[in-house]
Amino acid sequence: MNWFRFASPASFFPLAGRLTPWFSAAAAMFAAAGLYLGLFAAPTDAQQGDAYRIIFVHVATAWMSMLIYLVMAFWCAVSLMFNARLAAMMAQALAPTGALFTALALVTGALWGKPTWGTYWAWDARMTSELILLFLYFGYMALRHAIDEPRRADRASALLALVGAVNVPIIYFSVKWWNTLHQGASVSLTSAPTMAAVMLTGMLLMALAAWCYAIAIALTRVRAIILERERHAGWAGEAVLAKAAQ
Amino acid sequence: MSLAEFFAMGGYGYYVWGAYAACALAIAAEIIAVRARIVAARRDAGDGGPAR
Repeated sequence: MNWFRFASPASFFPLAGRLTPWFSAAAAMFAAAGLYLGLFAAPTDAQQGDAYRIIFVHVATAWMSMLIYLVMAFWCAVSLMFNARLAAMMAQALAPTGALFTALALVTGALWGKPTWGTYWAWDARMTSELILLFLYFGYMALRHAIDEPRRADRASALLALVGAVNVPIIYFSVKWWNTLHQGASVSLTSAPTMAAVMLTGMLLMALAAWCYAIAIALTRVRAIILERERHAGWAGEAVLAKAAQ
Repeated sequence: MSLAEFFAMGGYGYYVWGAYAACALAIAAEIIAVRARIVAARRDAGDGGPAR
């Protein structure tokens, strides 16, 4: 099978349409299991009471905010190196979802900070660098929006996204490099987990749900972008009419 | 555990449900917006696009 075939928007369009329902269903199932564990099965925390239950949405959204940026920067690099239209469209489709998860990470973090630290916000390194991530997403989208010619918008915004990628390791390691109000990492690949198994499982299920949701929504958005950008190409109208005739 | 206790979240109900509600609302809004966008894109592509 020639995978490069799917680098063409015309062949990727129906593939994305077929994949989306599977990721949507997986997201719903993981979220249901994760919410059950997080809100019902997991016991109340000895120190934080029930306030800690925000962890199940906070960690998933915060992880996704950084991961989506890295994936977006990857597609931007591919689009610059190979002058690939579809790669730029993928980056374009990921940005709003990345911005959404970043905003949610900040909001859920604030709502967790108030009862545990006594403040919604502090200008510590973790929170400030996460806020900069939100502005990077906004900057990427604003720059795209400001340039009328799509291919020029692709190149300019890809460059911005790649330069901004340096912020992601800063967010990730901020709790190590600086003395932050925000706690250090609770989950690490190199050491045993420091939390109860049921809490960890609930958190990972919510993270999986966020992964599948982000894939499903980005695939749907990229299909809309493909149609918007290729509607003069003939195949787009045919694909829509063929679908309508079914 | 009673239903009232569950919603009270040990006194942290405002923060816990606020965080979950923010996520639910944002995701619902994104799904609605993306659906509307692909419906509009399909319509425009089927017409051959506006302002050819």
